This record gives sequence, structure tokens and C-alpha cells, in this order.
Amino acid sequence: MAMAKAKKKERMTRVMRRDEEKGKDGEPEVIIGLEVHVQLTNLKTKLFCSCSTDYRGAEPNTHVCPICMGEPGTLPVVNEGAIEDAIMVALALGSSISRRTLFSRKNYFYPDMPKNFQISQYDKAGGVPFATGGSVSIGGGKKVRIRRIQIEEDPGRLVYEGTIDSSPYILVDYNRAGLPLIEIVTEPDMESPKEARMFLQNLRSILEHLGVFDESLQGAMRCDANISIKGGKRVEIKNISSFKDVERALSFEITRQKGLLSRGLRVGMETRHWDDLRRITVSLRVKEEEQDYRYFPEPDLVPITISEGLIAKVKACMPILPSERKRLFIDKYGIPPQTAEVLVGSKALADFFEECIKLKADPLPLANWLTGDLKALLNEMEIEIWESKVTPAHMAELVSLVKDGILSGKMAKEVLKEVVATGRMPRKIVEEKGLRAIASMESLKEIVERVFSENPEAVKDALRQEKAVHFLIGQVMKATKGSADPLMANEAVRRRLQEIASSVSA
Amino acid sequence: MDSFHSYYPLPSRLSVSDLCDAIRRGSIKAEDYMASTLDRIRRVEEKVHAFITIVEESTLLERAREIDRRVRDGKGFLGALAGIPIAVKDLICTKGLRTTCGSRILEGYIPTYNATVIERLEEQGAIILGKTNMDEFAMGSSTEFSYFGPTRNPWDLSRVPGGSSGGSAAAVAALEAPMALGSDTGGSIRCPASFCSVVGLKPTYGLVSRFGLIAYANSLEQIGPMTRTVEDCALLFSHMVGRDPLDSTSVEPPKTVFFSKKDDAMDLVGLKVGIPKEFFGEGIQESVAKTVRKALEKLESLGAQCEETTIPSIQYALPAYYIIAMSEASSNLARYDGLRYGLRVPDRGYGWNTIFAENRRLGFGPEVKRRIILGTYALSAGYFDKYYLKAQKIRTILRMEFQRAFKRFDVLAGPSMPILPFKIGEKVGNPLEMYMCDVDTVPANLTGLPALSLPCGFRNGLPVGIQFMAQAFQEGLIFRVAYALEKSLDLREEPRL
Ligand SMILES: [Zn+2]
Repeated sequence: MAMAKAKKKERMTRVMRRDEEKGKDGEPEVIIGLEVHVQLTNLKTKLFCSCSTDYRGAEPNTHVCPICMGEPGTLPVVNEGAIEDAIMVALALGSSISRRTLFSRKNYFYPDMPKNFQISQYDKAGGVPFATGGSVSIGGGKKVRIRRIQIEEDPGRLVYEGTIDSSPYILVDYNRAGLPLIEIVTEPDMESPKEARMFLQNLRSILEHLGVFDESLQGAMRCDANISIKGGKRVEIKNISSFKDVERALSFEITRQKGLLSRGLRVGMETRHWDDLRRITVSLRVKEEEQDYRYFPEPDLVPITISEGLIAKVKACMPILPSERKRLFIDKYGIPPQTAEVLVGSKALADFFEECIKLKADPLPLANWLTGDLKALLNEMEIEIWESKVTPAHMAELVSLVKDGILSGKMAKEVLKEVVATGRMPRKIVEEKGLRAIASMESLKEIVERVFSENPEAVKDALRQEKAVHFLIGQVMKATKGSADPLMANEAVRRRLQEIASSVSA
Repeated sequence: MDSFHSYYPLPSRLSVSDLCDAIRRGSIKAEDYMASTLDRIRRVEEKVHAFITIVEESTLLERAREIDRRVRDGKGFLGALAGIPIAVKDLICTKGLRTTCGSRILEGYIPTYNATVIERLEEQGAIILGKTNMDEFAMGSSTEFSYFGPTRNPWDLSRVPGGSSGGSAAAVAALEAPMALGSDTGGSIRCPASFCSVVGLKPTYGLVSRFGLIAYANSLEQIGPMTRTVEDCALLFSHMVGRDPLDSTSVEPPKTVFFSKKDDAMDLVGLKVGIPKEFFGEGIQESVAKTVRKALEKLESLGAQCEETTIPSIQYALPAYYIIAMSEASSNLARYDGLRYGLRVPDRGYGWNTIFAENRRLGFGPEVKRRIILGTYALSAGYFDKYYLKAQKIRTILRMEFQRAFKRFDVLAGPSMPILPFKIGEKVGNPLEMYMCDVDTVPANLTGLPALSLPCGFRNGLPVGIQFMAQAFQEGLIFRVAYALEKSLDLREEPRL
């Protein structure tokens, strides 16, 4: 019953939102498509050579060899782990996997590419992408369709002195060159920056659950966004490196383009760069045509046959996915669907939730704390849960302090802030601050007794009318300076009234 | 026979197989042989210009002495090629030894690793003598397109040695090295082998690792042996083959690729030889045709049955070859931008794109630029289907036609080159005429099939080569046929230098 209601509400808000976004003739005002590049962080070696992928924090150009530096005469050899990862991703997104796949060369000059071509995959020019089709759900019953999934190598990293348009030179670090990536290209199915963020967040959660991707690694997920606003041409935004930035960059771009259009100026085809320091997009190049990458099949790699056996093998080892986990949270712990959706929106959060459960935390209030107050606090600080000082032990203790009536909800919020700020245990904070709530019924009883004796008229009234009961509860709460649990106060007052009533009738 | 031995006191003309035995027995010292080789180089290299880089004498002699020590002490591994000097085409990477590809853009490039084939041969005790001249990035059929100047044909110094492995062929022909490595993308081993009267094999695609071979056209090329005799060719080849984990396109060799002279070598009874008439088509010089036909008669006298046949799509092979080769090359050569290695102009004040363009403008020669531009064009949107894809279709048809032919014939034969070695400078200004030289050699590259060029005679003192092709992995059979013909032709001439 409650679930059906929630579903109905979801549907209602969705209809409203889309109406707002639609233009007068019903066409979407904004169309967004994404190309997401994800480092397969579970692989220990690069895509085509045996260099270590553990390059973060290393001296520049130390994780390189003749192959990933594109030295003359070197040849690529495919890391088979990348094939298995890609199969897993394709299965998780419901994509159909090509039984015979091959690599293509994408030719263009750029200092971050040691060979001045990228070994990638393609769906034209004799190429075969790894997988096609599939989708990612972004809530509210809406799905973003996947156009294709492909494996490719990461370019090196360009380092600018200051910003991209003021830097007098570019430094190139090839440690990243040749890292295994999968590229996930969506259909232009998103209609707002928020939907783009939801897509990336849910995709990220799926990849984390598969174990192919570690969200805690800086720059492991990057994306390019294509955005068309009604009346303008398609603009590509490059260098977006987080799902929060995708929302920022697209919002910036919508404002910028709408500004141009409202002044009667045109929005032409263009590639722009997201400057995440200044939080603006800057023009990279204006183009009227698609760039010609002169794709052709990579002659140094033989076509790869993906056997049913291999797919079955990967399928057999598939870890639990967010959608299944959400179902589990609903069925096993009685978590409402929308809350469960938020929990599984990040593997770290869902894992955290389950760790707390192991510590005997009450699931429902726990889920509310995690998806409500804690999430809000972390968002405010712009950090992720693994970057914070909060541990499952903290949250389990907090939930049980509230459950045992030691802390009121209001006090617990204050304690949580303290926990997030200092990493100290809730019980410790309670003790030190003397925040101790009116914990037990015993202590409440004393206060109720005092309030009743101070307000004999109200007690009499309360035996007959509800309004006076509320007055008494209010007086009790006042006497505890708000430290009592309102429910408990309610119960204590009513229980005492019942005692009086029965003794009178007796 | 006497005159054959009278010019030079030391055995620089011994076959590799005989030399191996002699060194291992201790009857010839590796050091002496090396010294005689160096002596020969000193005398003739100035005229021939086969090498771009020659290893320090002291290093070479020390390596040879190390082999002699092992022979003397009976300790340490003695490889099958112990003490044999080898000349290596300058597009095969040699660790610590300059590898230029005949180009200014790699003039000072010193690889940090060895090609797999170099690792294999050094493990067998071969000693790298130096790096041989070639057309820049293997793009040419005359070795004139080298930044380091042309190599001359040892049989007539006014003529080209063929190309692009012209330096390797000339070094072997001029007795500067007993054996050499070349690479063959569209005939680059067989053309100079034919022009210089040496034996050259383009192996079945995948038999020899390409790791360390600086790519011109990846899907077409193979490293191959260049020697003075068929037996040497088979010997050297047997130590080059093998699946390499660093080359995904490499394969494990089946037994059929090997040859030893103990086989019933001279007996060709029942051998069916197909003569595709396209190999004697338009543009072939009469003198070449005559010499090759005489060799085929010789083959028949050994018991083979020669029969004319047709492989019609050979007529499309040349354009298909050039489209594929240039397309791949345009991408392969993109990495030479000067940023990580190679020629680099001063950066000051320029953007990276200008620096890249400047390095490439100065670093590449005209033929390389021509092929990059043509290849870039062929891969461009709107032209890809018309050129690259069509060329790939021709490739498929050609493969099928050859397969059909090999249902009837054991080997196919014809001239290696349609013409005799031409004068230096004669064709430099006419790229199309130069490209036409490859008409008989490119089918083997497009189909991946093995092909060998064997010296089969001289016309006006200029060498003529006969080409044998067979099914994939039938190098053993090709060696057997070529060995029988070689013995029966008994060509014993040697260039007068
Ligand atoms: Zn590497």
C-alpha cells in the first residue's frame, strides 16, 4: 500500500518535471548525451603492455615502457582482464555483446597520445564495438539507453601551468597513457543536468558493484557531454571529471547558451573545455563538421572471439548489482524504495549501511540517518563517505542511543555534526557535553509527577479532553528543555493519566 | 672454381652452414672470420654503401673472441649461429645501436630494446655487424630514398640494388656479410634479392615476430632472411620463427616450414608448378622472361611439371597493395612528432602543432610524405569505402584465387622482378614507374603467403631472380624446390669489386 503510494508520487513528480522542461511544442528543451570514460581500476597492468596501473602519486613518466610510449617497432597485446571486465559491464547494463570484436585506430594528433592514434573500438569503417544497446535506470521509471560500450586506451595526462588558456606550455605525463578504459556512449536521452548526474551516479554505482572501478581514485571516471538546446547546434564539453561537475558544467552551458539565444545570437557546433577550477566552460575549437578520425581496423591485433563459454564464466561470477541490492534492502530490512534507491546509489554507502546492520543497528532509522542527515552533512562539506571521519560504529551507536531513548532526535542531529567534524564516538560526546537526554521512563516519570502536581486543573481537564493532554505533554517537554523524546513524553503522560483515571474509578 | 677462391685469402664466401661447423669445430676462428669480414667491408663498403651504421671493430672482435673462448674451453652455450656476423636492416630495433629507418627523423634514434628476432639470433650466437641501408621507412624499390644516400648494386655500381632492403642484399652479395635480415612489405626482400643475386624469403605472415620491426604496413610485412644459398636461408629462417607473446599476430611454426638438405632434395618428380600468366604480363622485360623460362625448363628437367595458369585478380593487386600499405603507413608514421624521440626543432615560441609539423616537414623525405598524404586521403571520410574497403575486398578475392590455384599446384613460379636492375636516378622522378616494379611481389604480401626469390641467371651481367610461392607454412617445400634448382643451375659468379 505504502509502496504503491510512493510509486504514484514518483510518477507524478516526473510528469511535472518534464512539463517544465518541454518547449511549447512538446519537444525537449535540452537534449544531453554522454560519453563516459571509466578506468578499469581492478586491472593491475595497462591495456596493451605490462606497465603498472598504480600511477597515482608516482613521479611523472616512470610508469612507462617502449610500448606505451609508442616507441618505433612496438606492438600492443591485449590485457585479457579488460575483455572480462567489459563482458561484465555489458551484462550488467543489458547490452548485447559482439561475438567477434576488434580494435580500431582513431587517428588524430595530440601531445597526450604517444602514437598520435588511440587504439579504440568503433562501429563503422570495418570496426565492431564491444557491445551495443542496454540501459541505465535514473529513477522515476526513466531509463537512459546505451548506444555502445567499447574498450580503449587512456591517453597521457596534460598538465597546465594555471589554466588551459593562460598556460605558457604543456607538461605531459605518460604514466596514464595506455591505462585500460571502457567508454560508454549513451543515446541523447537526458533532458536536464540533474538527469545527467543521476545517470553518472547510478552508472558509477553499477561499476563499483562489479568491482571494475574504484570511485575513490581521482580522475578514474571522466566524461564528455553533448548538449543541444532548442534553437542551437550541438556543443561538446570535454574534461568533466565527476558526476557533480557534470551537473555544474551542463547548467553553466545551458545558462550560457540560453543567454546567447535570448540575445538573438547563434549557438554553433563547438567543442568546449570544462575548467573545474573556475567552474566555467571555455571554447577549444569551433567546428562545423564532425572531426575525421580516419578509423580503420588495428592491424597489429587479431580479432577477438567472445565465446559463449567465456560469457557464461563471467556471468557465473557476477557480483550483486545495485538493482538486486535495492530489492534486498526493501524485502529484508523493510526500507522504503526511494530510500533504498539512494542507499544503492553509491556502493560505499550501501556497504556502510550493511556494516552498520552487522553492528545491530536498527535498519529503518539507520537508513533514514544515512540518506538524510549524514548525506546532507557530507554534501555540504563536498566529501564522500569514505573521505569522512564517520564509521559504521559511529552510526550504529548513534542509532542505538536514539532507540534507547538516551538521545532525542534533535540532540542526535547535533551529535552527528560533532561526529562528522571530529570522528569521536557519539556516546563520548553525549557524556562530555552532558547532553544526556531524559533517558528512561523512570526519570520522565519524576518530571511528569512534578508537572501534574503543578497543574492540577489541567490534569482534571486532561482526563476528559485531548487538548489538555497536549498541554501537559508540552509542559513536560518544556521541563526537560526539549531533551526528552516527544513520543516517550507522550506515552509517560498518557500512562500517568490512565493510572489516575483507573484509581478514580476504583 | 679456382678464380672463385683466388681474390680473397679468407673464407668470406663460405656458406653459413659450413662456417658454423668450422667455427664450432675450431677449424676457423670466429675472430679470424670477423677480421676478414671487416677487411672486406673496408675494401668494398665505400663503393657499395650497404651500411648506415657499422658496430665498432673492437666490439665485434671481442664478441667473436668470446665465441672462440667457449669453443676452446668447451664451456658455455654455443648457439647454432655462433660467431656468424649478420647485417640487419635498419628498421629492426637493436638495443643501444642506432636504428634510423633510413630517415632523418630517426637519425639519432637509439632503441631501448631489442626486436624479438634480434633476441633470438643473438641467443644463437649471431653477431650483429651493423645496420643496413634502406629506402626511408621501407618505402621504395631502389634504396635511393634513403636519407643516408643510395646503396649501389655490387654487380654494377651505376645501378640500384633494389629495395627497400637494398643494403642487406648488397652486403650479402658483396661478401660484406654472410647473411642479413631484410623486411618485406610488398617485395622489399625479394626485389633486392633478385637485383643483387642473393636468396631472399618473405615468410608466411605471422611466422616471424614483428615486435621491434618499425612498421610501414603492419598487415603486409614480415622480417625475412637474405643469404647467398638456399640452405643458409633455411638455416637462418629456422632460428627466426616462433610465436612471440609480444606479437599477437605471430603463430607457432608447423614442421612444414623447416628444411634440411637430407630431404630428397634433388628429386622434384611429380612436383606441380603453376605459372600464372599474369607474372609474365605487360611490362616484363624480354630478357628477364627468357631467363626465368630457362630456369623453369631446368625445373622440368628435374621432374617437375610446369603448367601455365591464371590468377586474374593479380591485375588489381598493385593498386590494392598501395592503398592498404599507404593507409596503414599514414597512421603508423603519425608517432614521429619529435616530442618523445627523433628529430626535434627548437620549441621556443611555437605551439605543439607547429612543432609537430616542423619536425615532420624536416624529418621525412618526399616519398614518405607522398605516401602519408595518399594514405591519409584513402582513409578519409567519404573515401574509405571507395579505397580502403575495396582494397580489402580485392585482398579477399586474391586469397581465394590463390587457394584455388594451390588445389592444382604445389608451387607457383614466375619472375621476382619484371625488369633488370635499373640505373640510379632513372626512376626517382617517376613514382608510378617505380611502383610498377612491385607487380609480381605484392600478391604474396596481400595473401600472407610465403615467397622466395632465387638467383636464376644473368643478362648483360645483371642478375635475374625467380620467385616461388606456396601455400601458407609451406616454406619447407619452397626451400626444397629452390635448393634443387640452385644446385642444378650452379651459378658461381661473384661481383668484381
Ligand atoms: Zn608500458
